[in-house]
Amino acid sequence: MLKKIPFWFAYVFLYVPILVVVVMSVNAGDSPYSWSGFGLGWYAELAHDQEIRTGLVNTLIVAAGSTAIATVLGTMLAVGLARHTRSKVLDAIATLPVILPDIVMAIGLLAFYSLIQLTLGLYSVLLAHAVFGTAAVAAVVRTRLTSADPALEEASRDLGANGLTTFLRITLPTLAPGIVAGALLAFTLSVDEFVIAFFTAGPQSPTLPIVIYSMVRFGVTPEINALATVLLAVTFTAILAVQRLTRLTERR
Amino acid sequence: MKAKLERITLLGPGLGYLTALMVVPLALVLSYTIFQRGRFGGLVYEPTTENFRRAVDPLYLDVLVTSVWIAGVTTLLALLIGYPTAYVIAHLPKRAKTIALVALVLPFWTNFLIRTYAWIVLLSPAGLVNDALTGWGLVDEPLQLLYTKPAIIAGLLYSYLPLMVLPLYASLEKQDGHLLEAAANLGARPARAFWTVTLPLTLPAMLTGCVFVFVPSLGNFVVPELLGGGRTAMVGNLVRDQFLKARDWPFGATLALAVVAMLVVLLLIQAWSGRRLQGSDHA
Repeated sequence: MLKKIPFWFAYVFLYVPILVVVVMSVNAGDSPYSWSGFGLGWYAELAHDQEIRTGLVNTLIVAAGSTAIATVLGTMLAVGLARHTRSKVLDAIATLPVILPDIVMAIGLLAFYSLIQLTLGLYSVLLAHAVFGTAAVAAVVRTRLTSADPALEEASRDLGANGLTTFLRITLPTLAPGIVAGALLAFTLSVDEFVIAFFTAGPQSPTLPIVIYSMVRFGVTPEINALATVLLAVTFTAILAVQRLTRLTERR
Repeated sequence: MKAKLERITLLGPGLGYLTALMVVPLALVLSYTIFQRGRFGGLVYEPTTENFRRAVDPLYLDVLVTSVWIAGVTTLLALLIGYPTAYVIAHLPKRAKTIALVALVLPFWTNFLIRTYAWIVLLSPAGLVNDALTGWGLVDEPLQLLYTKPAIIAGLLYSYLPLMVLPLYASLEKQDGHLLEAAANLGARPARAFWTVTLPLTLPAMLTGCVFVFVPSLGNFVVPELLGGGRTAMVGNLVRDQFLKARDWPFGATLALAVVAMLVVLLLIQAWSGRRLQGSDHA
């Protein structure tokens, strides 16, 4: 039992802050810290907040757009890397976005955009997010590829199908679960990403994390507790749904 | 000929994209470190070593050392809490294991800013921790918990702890139980078997976890700003300020290079330890 103390500590440590935020979101009073009775007033406030709504729409545009690019490029990249090259350098380029500190990527992109004189807006964030999205999709699809049987593709070629037909009718369907998982990962990473967005978004197009950042920075309001709770509910539901889905597909 | 065409079609678009929006930007940052800042922000393309000299100026060196110290303590704490946690999870029955793993990553998938914000709520003078301390009569006045180094460390640890547990769990999970049996048969007590068999085998995973925690902690500027109150600036804050406020990009790029250099050193150590372990397998 004594050995399990760090284990229990870890979980208490991870969940107490979240619980406090959730409880405080249904606080009737004006303070985000101290309890003064039950009330849903802050959720009503949240529903009418124009800035948050704009941020949310921007975030969804960026996430959808960058995920679309990342899914196509990442899948092709994964197949290419697994089947058509042994180059360590190309491998490194495809994994670099995952290990590179976000602030380094952020200043690099800012410098690059300013060099090519691109005016910062929403699309500059979208293009930036597609970079780590592509790496994420490629990584997930590759793990699926290693367990896939290359003999199926060879058989398809032997039976006279050309490269494109084989790719579309054999490779893609085998990889489908991996592609979906990769796309979900890219989407979640984009929705959550703050640092790169902070450096590459135009002043008129803040994403939701940027809106949250300025809210937290310029005074803590209980509205953030409500927003946090909504976001927590959405992510928790999404993760549990993905868990269920993967278990269902595994069973088949 | 056909195979070559296929290779280019598959690899070309993705690698082209990553080259344009990652390799080129990185090269740009690297090249900025030897240029000077223009009078009105822009760049003057005359080589100089001034940026490197400034980076080791006591004023900035102090920030670098503080950052490494804070990231280092965070990593050490993550290892001390994360290792036993991963060990317990790896030995849970199957169903409990799945639940424990999902519960571990759930907070990690919630917005990073929200996770940091939760600590402001907890640690503020009127927050839960101070309420409890004064309520139980442990202290007379609320303590200054927010805007301190321990607050920054707590925030970073909170955000990156799962990144330590996951690789350790993966390594402990796939470990060959026969090795421990062999150690027991040869008369080793469980503690000795752990120190001489389990621990050395998980060394690469420990280093992976350390890289995963240390690197994002080192370059972080949000947690030091929100929980450190800007008084304890870390290198990430400096880089941000050089790029967005002072507009001294060459100096900002030089400071960022210091972060990348530390990442490279860590990755080399990690690769070396992994190879050493593999080497001893064959011996």
